[in-house]
Parts: sequence; structure tokens; C-alpha cells
Amino acid sequence: MSLRSLTLGRRAYPVRPPESGIARRKSLWERIHLDPWLLGMLIVLMVAGLLVLYSASGQRIETVFAQGTRFCVALMGAVILAQFSPSTFQRWAPLAYGLGILMLLAVEVAGDMGMGAKRWLVIPGVIRFQPSELMKLAMPLMVAAYLSRRELPPRMRDLAACAVIIGVPIGLIANQPDLGTALLVGSAAVIVVLLAGLSWRLIAFFVVLAASALPLLWMNLHNYQRQRVLTFLNPDSDPLGAGWNIIQSTTAIGSGGLLGKGWLQGTQSQLEFLPERHTDFIIAVLGEEFGLVGMLVLLLLYLMIVMRGLWLAGCAHDTFGRLFAGSIILTFFIYVFVNVGMVSGILPVVGVPLPLVSYGGTSSVTLMAGFGILMSIHSHRRLLPR
Amino acid sequence: MLQRRDTLKNSEQELRIFRMRSLLAVFVVLTLTAILMGRLAYLQVVQHDLYSTRSENNRVRVEPLPPTRGLIYDREGRLLAENRPTYNLTLVRERVDDLDDTLTLLVELLELPDEDVEAFQVRSRQRQRPYQPALLMSDLDEDQIARVAVNRHRLPGVEVEAQLLRFYPHAEIMAHALGYVGRINVDELKTLDSGRYAGTHFIGKTGVERFYEDELHGQAGLRKVETNARGRVLRELGRVDPVPGENLTLTLDLEMQQLAYDLLDGRRGSIVALEPGTGEILAMVSAPGFDSNQFVTGIDIASYRGLQEDLDLPLFNRAIRGHYPPGSTIKPFLALAGLVEGVITPDRAIHDPGYYQLPNDSRRYRNWLRWGHGRVDMERSIAVSNNTYYYSLAHDLGIDRLHKNMSAFGFGQRVAHDVQGESTALMPSREWKRERFNQAWYPGETLSVGIGQGYWQVTPLQLASATATLANRGHWIKPRLAQQVGDEPLPVQLPDALADIELVNEDWWERVYSGMEKVVSGNEGTARRIGTGLQYRMGGKSGTAQVFSLGQDQRYNADELEERLRDHALFMAFAPLDDPQIAVAVIVENAGGGSTHAAHLARAMTDAWLLEPEENDRDVEAILESEE
Repeated sequence: MSLRSLTLGRRAYPVRPPESGIARRKSLWERIHLDPWLLGMLIVLMVAGLLVLYSASGQRIETVFAQGTRFCVALMGAVILAQFSPSTFQRWAPLAYGLGILMLLAVEVAGDMGMGAKRWLVIPGVIRFQPSELMKLAMPLMVAAYLSRRELPPRMRDLAACAVIIGVPIGLIANQPDLGTALLVGSAAVIVVLLAGLSWRLIAFFVVLAASALPLLWMNLHNYQRQRVLTFLNPDSDPLGAGWNIIQSTTAIGSGGLLGKGWLQGTQSQLEFLPERHTDFIIAVLGEEFGLVGMLVLLLLYLMIVMRGLWLAGCAHDTFGRLFAGSIILTFFIYVFVNVGMVSGILPVVGVPLPLVSYGGTSSVTLMAGFGILMSIHSHRRLLPR
Repeated sequence: MLQRRDTLKNSEQELRIFRMRSLLAVFVVLTLTAILMGRLAYLQVVQHDLYSTRSENNRVRVEPLPPTRGLIYDREGRLLAENRPTYNLTLVRERVDDLDDTLTLLVELLELPDEDVEAFQVRSRQRQRPYQPALLMSDLDEDQIARVAVNRHRLPGVEVEAQLLRFYPHAEIMAHALGYVGRINVDELKTLDSGRYAGTHFIGKTGVERFYEDELHGQAGLRKVETNARGRVLRELGRVDPVPGENLTLTLDLEMQQLAYDLLDGRRGSIVALEPGTGEILAMVSAPGFDSNQFVTGIDIASYRGLQEDLDLPLFNRAIRGHYPPGSTIKPFLALAGLVEGVITPDRAIHDPGYYQLPNDSRRYRNWLRWGHGRVDMERSIAVSNNTYYYSLAHDLGIDRLHKNMSAFGFGQRVAHDVQGESTALMPSREWKRERFNQAWYPGETLSVGIGQGYWQVTPLQLASATATLANRGHWIKPRLAQQVGDEPLPVQLPDALADIELVNEDWWERVYSGMEKVVSGNEGTARRIGTGLQYRMGGKSGTAQVFSLGQDQRYNADELEERLRDHALFMAFAPLDDPQIAVAVIVENAGGGSTHAAHLARAMTDAWLLEPEENDRDVEAILESEE
């Protein structure tokens, strides 16, 4: 089914431009540089998210309004970003990357402590900003920009350069410590390299390397991080602490059954047994109140967004666009997978929000910015020089 | 800034690689999505029942609603046991910002002494579940409640909770008769019906509180509530109201009880008074008493040890568990036994030379008056309490007939209907001695028993009960403490009462009564001093119980030793003679002779019950002074 949906756009967006080189008449969507399918699905997702949020927030309409406002801002950001040409992003990539590194360093020096970790940069009274969030975009941008100037598949010295580009910020973020974000940011960048054609031999090599590095990683984990992994393996070992979250979220989902308890009727969420129910664990509310059917509908929606995004990436005219677009959309999927996996108890609890559904402004804005750039890449392809 | 440095780029190849990788990505995405969907289907379809149950258990909690304990009144409706709201201090750790600060503040506010602070802090750290309140302190006084209330804003997570606590307004004088409730202990918990006692913290430990535990307790209710994760109740889903315990109206009379306690004046002893016609116990006092309120919340170790080690044994209920040789108080009963068995007639007299000798035995059993009372018939034998007459009578009866007839009056058995922990005391018999000592019964022992000494032991309640039976002309009625349980009066005829004592000649009752009347009114009666100014006819009998041995406690000092070796003073009486309204038994330990040290206490009791207040001199001081 999903593969079929890939072909949906064939008529409107042929993979290659007409051989004649004469631009055909642009549609309205092309002129405003947006993709109606992608945008439509994202908006549906956000509206569904607000619906679940209303229930998850204990029916606080203020929370829904706040989130709705953020969505609007994020949408506007995406629309605005879509108007810039991809070459602009390519040009600005090193700058954004450099700025990100500087801010990460600033966090090291003057960051604000939150939950025992230095993650925030605060200009008092003005803004609280999490530099690692910027890196979510700047990293794949930088790696894509770098690789797009190289001959692909990348050679060893290119890979070495990539390793440095990726390694420095990852190290800084992991040091905050924010292992979850570090892994996500890192994977966004690694996906670029993978899409660029990293050879299978090298992939195999890195997989083996990573596996053998696991014990080393385990030894360098903070206690609470190890605890999370252990708790994941056996939630009942800590029923009042971290295990509580997993027990309660699986209970919420499982008790939802096929059709769910009905909107606003989930006892686990309404009676506050569900922790972080309007942020990272919001999908459990959906599972409880809308059942398996609701969950499948949501997953299919995500799947369609991912497929559409990959299709758009495949349509891109140059390597930079393709690599970045592909990375954005696959990272988006990783978010979904990690979040749903953790809430349903097949992955350890890491602080990953459910894209465009979890309450929170920063991640929505970042994600939509990514989609904005994605649409820019797609809609500007005929304007690419030469 | 960006230039195409590499002109050898192969766009076609790059696109091909990208397409291949994208397809691979699609495959991975589909696989992972399938895994998620599988997991969700497993949770929501396969394991749906399990999680539904879990979720329901999460949300619904059944809370017990403990019933309020029934109140206890005296026969005039005066409150003897009530439930007072008290206030407990609790703390929910999860809601407390800084535990140490909060505790410091509380210690300061409540002015806790240092020794309590540690226990206080230990308790604050106890908990079973998150958000469950820990009990910091119980029974706060008003001042403390006020201080906590005023500082509420500084004490998030600290609550003052109300709880009903048993309170005895007349604790000291009522402690033994009423008993008390205390916290349910581990052993009781094992045997209790956990449903009935869900949420109940107290249970009757002794006395009426224990005997009527079932009625007083009531039936626990429950409510099903929906709670949130913090355990806070959000709404009620269902409710069964508790049934409050029945109120209890006792036969005890607070004023009689108070008088009896005052009359004993802190000495060791017991007074039991009851209504012969109904068996209703008017007063049942064991002195010294204690403050039973201390036992409700849990007495501290030092106070408890103090009570336990007190030589006067304040915790010992003498009225129902004290064993005393009855002495001469049992002579009227023995006389009746002699009449019943045809051993004596009312008019036949003996000559008392001052002693009695068994046939073929040189040992002399002495009368208390060395030179004897001369000619003694039955009535005079009671009035002057002649021993020789009863040595002879007892010998003629023999222990078997003596035992049989005395048992008919309730000696040697539990007599009352609803007195918790009553002792049987001891009415000796041939069989008993064989079982106890594996020895034969000796005729000399019968003589000792004949004057209420030897193995014979009675409790004050038994003596009062036997006196009532005597006053009733043999009609047996069970002594009782409850008049009404709830709205139901106790039936007049209670089960397991003894058979009435029937005489061949009803006139014999009068003859025995006459002898007893002479005790107080006759010119040679042993208690004739209390007969002055008597406004009704009264029958009585004094007794003096010898204290044979010191018992186990050898550490008395000399003065005390002497005091505690003195005889117990006993007196039993009933009045008015022609229509008995009250029967009394008085025992004052180590007071000396019964006629001088116990009789006027009995008179004060009968006066108080029979006379109007204005003609009744209840000046306890004066009564006690008249003793000497």
C-alpha cells in the first residue's frame, strides 16, 4: 500500500524535468513552494495531536491553545523556510553548524542546570534555548553540504572529515549529559552518510565496531542511564520509580483494547496514573482512549508522511537536497519509532517526544523547519542553476 | 563560498545510489512499523484482559468505613464511655518540599521534648506506598492544632486528621467494672474477622468493653472510590454505610459506684452490690483503681511498669478475681444447709465451752471467744458468729453434703452472666482435693471449711451473688451488668442459671434472716454498732479472713509485712429484710475484723440505695471515722 502511495505523485511531479528544458506552467503550490500532500498530512497530524492533548492535559483548553499557537508558529516557519532556495541552506550550513558548536560550548561554561543536566542556554528574561535542538538541523545540513561537494560514494578521507564533523557536537551533547539527543542528532548525520553511499563493507565494519564498543559505552554511562536500561529490561524491579512509567503506560495501552475507552474516558490518563502523559507518553493516552484502531491510524499517518517525504527527497535535483531531505524524513521516523517503542515497552525510556503530538514547542518548530527546508528542496528544483 | 571543486561528480551514479538506499530505507521503515504494530496488537488484543484488570485495580479502591463504637451508660443514663474526636498529625512525604525543614518547624511549633523528636523523625520516614500519609503524632491538643493550622502555608503535605477515640469520664472508679478498649494487637488481628474490623483500630480488652465487643463494635461499611495516582479520592462509585455499634445501658449506678470507691478510701478491697430481685449489679468496685484512658492510646512503658509493680496491684480486679477465704460470712448459708440436710433444727441448741473436739481426737478447735458462748441455737450462732456451732454442724454434714449445698449458692463457680474474666474461686470437695493434691479428705479440714477458712475461697462477686440468692429465699438469678443492649432489655431469665433452692419449711428462711438481723440489731450482734439509727430492717454477717501466708512477695519491709499479715475484713448484707432491694459484699484487705472494718461500709451502701438523699448521711469521711 505504501509503495503504491509513492506512485501517487507521479503525474504531478515527474522524477525528471521535461527534456525540453522549457518549464511548464507552474501550479499554485509550486509557486508558493509547498507540497499540498505533505502539508495536508502534517496538519491532520497536528489537529489529531491537539485532540489527544486536550484529553492528556486533563482537559485544559489553555494547554491546547498554547500548543496550537506553537503549531501555527511552526507552520509559518516552515512556509517561510520553504521560500528560500536550497542553495541558501547549503551556503549557510557551515555557519549554522559553527554557531551550534559555539553555543554548545557556551552551555558547557554557562549553561543552566535542569533535571541534573546542563542543556539550556538562558539569556535571562529573553529566551531559554537548547542548542542541541539547533544541531538537529545543522548537523545533517553540514554533513550533506560537505558530502555534496565530494565525489560519491565517499572515500576514506571524506569519511574521516565527516567523523570529525559529527563527533565534536555529539561529544558535547553527550557530555551535557543528554545521551538521547546525542544519539538522535548523531543518527540524523549518519543517515546522510548512509544515503550518500557508504560502502557495505564499511557499514559492516562500523556495526561490528559499535557492538564491540558497547561494554565501553556501558561503563561510561551515568548511573541513572544504566538504571534506565536495567529498568527497561525488568520494569517490575523498580515499580515506584522509572519502572512505574513503563508499567503504567503499557497498562494504559493494553487496557485500551481494540476500540479504546473513548475520548476523555481513559482512566489511566484521566486519573493521572500515566506519567508525563501530555509530553513523552502522550501516545499511551491515544492507545487507551482510541484503542488499537486509533494507534494504527496514527502509525499509518506517520508512515504516509515518511513515504511522501522520501518520495520528495528522491525527486530532488542535486545531491545536497536529496541527502538532507532523506535525512530529515528518516530522522522523523526514528523519533516516531523510538517514542512509540519506549511507551509500549520495547525500547528503554529515553526522552524522545512524539513528533507533532507531544506537548512542547521546540521540537515542533525544529521538525517543521526541517519540513520547510524539505519542501523548499522539492519545489525549487527547476530553479537550480545550470 | 561554495564552489564546485569536483567536476568529476557523476550525478547519475549518485542518484542511483540514493535511490537504492532509499528503497532500503523504505524496507527498514516498513519493518520497524510492523514491529510497532505487532507490539500494539499484542498489548491491546492478546493481553487486553490483563491490562484491563490492572487499570481497574489502579483506579478503584475499596475503603473501609469503620463504625462508631456504641456508647455505654449507667442505669440512670449517665455516660460512662464515649467517643471523643481527637486529632492526629500526618505527613505525605511526596508533597513535602524539604523534609528536614518541615520536621524542624513542626518540632518547634509543637514544642516536642528531645526524646520524642527522634521517634517523630523515624515515623516521618515510614511509608508503604507513595503518597500514603505517615502518622507523626496522635492526640494533639487544641493548642497544637491551632499552631499547625496557623502555619499551614509553611507546611505543605502536613495534615491534621480527625479520629474518634474512646474516652472514660469516670476512668478511675469505673476501670475494673467497665474495662477498656485498646489498639488491636497482632494476635487479635489473626483471629478477628478482617471485614468487620477493617478500618477499626480499637477493640475491647477487658470488662464490659470486651464482653459486649460484638454489640458495641457495629458493622463496618465500605465505599468504592475512584482515586487518582496520588491516592486522592475523586469520586465515590458505591457505598455501604457502616452500622454503628449498639449503645449499652449498664445496671451499674454511677453514684453507688462512686460511693463504694470512696468508702474503700484507697485501701485494697472490693465492694459488690446488686439487686436481688433482678440480679442487676449496682456497684462493682475493686480498689485501688487506675486511669483506663491511659490504655486506649497505648500506655507508656514507665507508667505501665509503675502500675504493674505497685504492691497494691491496681490492675488486679479484686471484685471478680480476688480470692478470699469467706470467713464467718458463710455461716447463714451453712445453717441453711444444716436445716436442709436435717442435721440441725432452728431451735435445737448446743452448749459451747469455747471449743469443739472431734470424737476420738484430742485437738481442740477454738471459738473466737475463748470462754465460749454457752447455750447457742441457730439464730444466736449467726448473731454472735459462734464457731463451735459450725464446727459441729460441718462435722455432721460432712464435706460432701457441705460442698453440694454450698455449690447450690454458686460458690466455686462463675455466677454472673456478662462479667468478663470472672474467676470460679474455690469450693473445696473430696474430689477436688484428690485431683489437686492426690490426698484423702481429713475430717479436720471440714471443720476449717465450716467457718469459711481452709481451702474455701470466694470472690466478692460470688459472695454478693450468694447473699442475693439468700435474700431471694433461694430464688436464683444471675448477676448481670447490662440492662439494655441497644433497645433490647436483657431477658429476666438468663440461660444457665442455677436451680432455685427449695426448703421443706419456708419458715426456715425467716429464722436465718432473724439471725442475720440480730447481727446488726441484736444486743449481742457482732456488728451491732452499725445498727444504730437504722431506718429499715437489715440482715448481715461479718467475717474475718485469716491471711495464712505472705505468698511469694518476701521483700516487704517490716511495717508493711505486719500490715499485710492482718486479717481481711468481710461483710455481707441485704436489706430491707422483708423485701430485699440490695445485697452487698464488702471486703477490705488486711483491715482486721469484719464487723468493725467492713460492716459500716455495707450499711453506707444500703443506706444510699434505700433512703432518699436527704435522710441519708453519705458523708464518707464521717462513715470512715465511725469505724474506730
